[in-house]
Amino acid sequence: MLDIKVLGPGCPKCKTTYTNVLLALEQSGVKANVAKVEDIVEMMKYNVLSTPVLMINEEVKVKGRVAQVSEIVQIIKA
Amino acid sequence: MFNWIQDFADWLIYSLFAIAENSQFGVALNFFVYDTVKILILLFLIVFLMGIVNAYFPVERLRDFLLRKKLFGLEYLFASIFGAITPFCSCSSVPLFIGFVQGGIPLGVTFSFLISSPLVNEVAIAMFVGMFGLKATFIYAASGILLGTVGGWLLGKLNLEPLLSDWVKGILENKMQEGAYADEKLNFNQRLPGITRGAWDIVKGVLHYVIIGIAIGAAMHGFVPENFFGHYLGGGQWWTVPVAVILAVPMYANAAGIVPVIQVFVAKGVPLGTAIAFMMATVGLSIPEATLLKKVMSLKLIALYFGLVTLFIILSGFLFNVLL
Repeated sequence: MLDIKVLGPGCPKCKTTYTNVLLALEQSGVKANVAKVEDIVEMMKYNVLSTPVLMINEEVKVKGRVAQVSEIVQIIKA
Repeated sequence: MFNWIQDFADWLIYSLFAIAENSQFGVALNFFVYDTVKILILLFLIVFLMGIVNAYFPVERLRDFLLRKKLFGLEYLFASIFGAITPFCSCSSVPLFIGFVQGGIPLGVTFSFLISSPLVNEVAIAMFVGMFGLKATFIYAASGILLGTVGGWLLGKLNLEPLLSDWVKGILENKMQEGAYADEKLNFNQRLPGITRGAWDIVKGVLHYVIIGIAIGAAMHGFVPENFFGHYLGGGQWWTVPVAVILAVPMYANAAGIVPVIQVFVAKGVPLGTAIAFMMATVGLSIPEATLLKKVMSLKLIALYFGLVTLFIILSGFLFNVLL
């Protein structure tokens, strides 16, 4: 099972990313654990400078911008 | 370059809609159509160009540059320029701040970046080019960068590390390993769709501000008497700059919405320097940003930071009014 994390301190862009992840999972039928990381101390463990960040299995896939649904579908299917 | 937009606006309003050419409403509507089309084109172009710059110089690479190179005091200037070219999002300011100090970048240099990042941003630049022309835009961008440079340097001299939050101090004590970052290995053609979409997203995100701002501006153009503000505020009264700046600090408006309104103020007699200072204070400092920064620094440090930047904006307002 995939482990998906959305990092971001709760700004509109981070919320959009999170919603896009849920939509992408629904579209692709892939099952995953999705978590939102909003705590800044927790976030800094991943050494990111710009948010939102989309992480899949502890690997940074998209950072500093909102990931589009189609894009996320592609990433999780790969 | 923009004549065709004027022709289009004339045709749309006076021929297609058949609104009288000399009516106040017709003139205001014409102004609205012309400005909206022009600004949206400029906005897309400039945001797109910045997107290309950012694809090749992501903030991680800029941080590495600041960490590795010996810059002999120029690091404040570089940090300030980097802040200006990096797209600003208030939600990124905290991770950015931590990421910088964690990597070992001095607090003052980090502040340089933090000051200029919202102050000089791509949306504000596009609005300025469209509303005030290239010369005013250059002065605005250069002074924003200068302000970041001097402000960061001065804050650095004050030894403010004790005023950081405890957990941030902890980070300072055991500085992090190499800032490893995975660069996306893509060629230009592979990046282009992402950059275009990113630019479009930004334009879409500010579209309503642009339209509302220009609509208010167009309405004011038609109905505020000529030299109205000049009559009351344009006579070089020294207190207009500080009052404008202090009013603007708690305001949180998007540059896209505020610049068209400021343009009317200038057209009706407010000195350009006062207007630029007002805008800088609106976009550069805001309550939401202060709230976010509270996670990493004490109130005292936030107050110092905001106070110093406010003071510098006021000073640059005076300077513009003398120079422009």
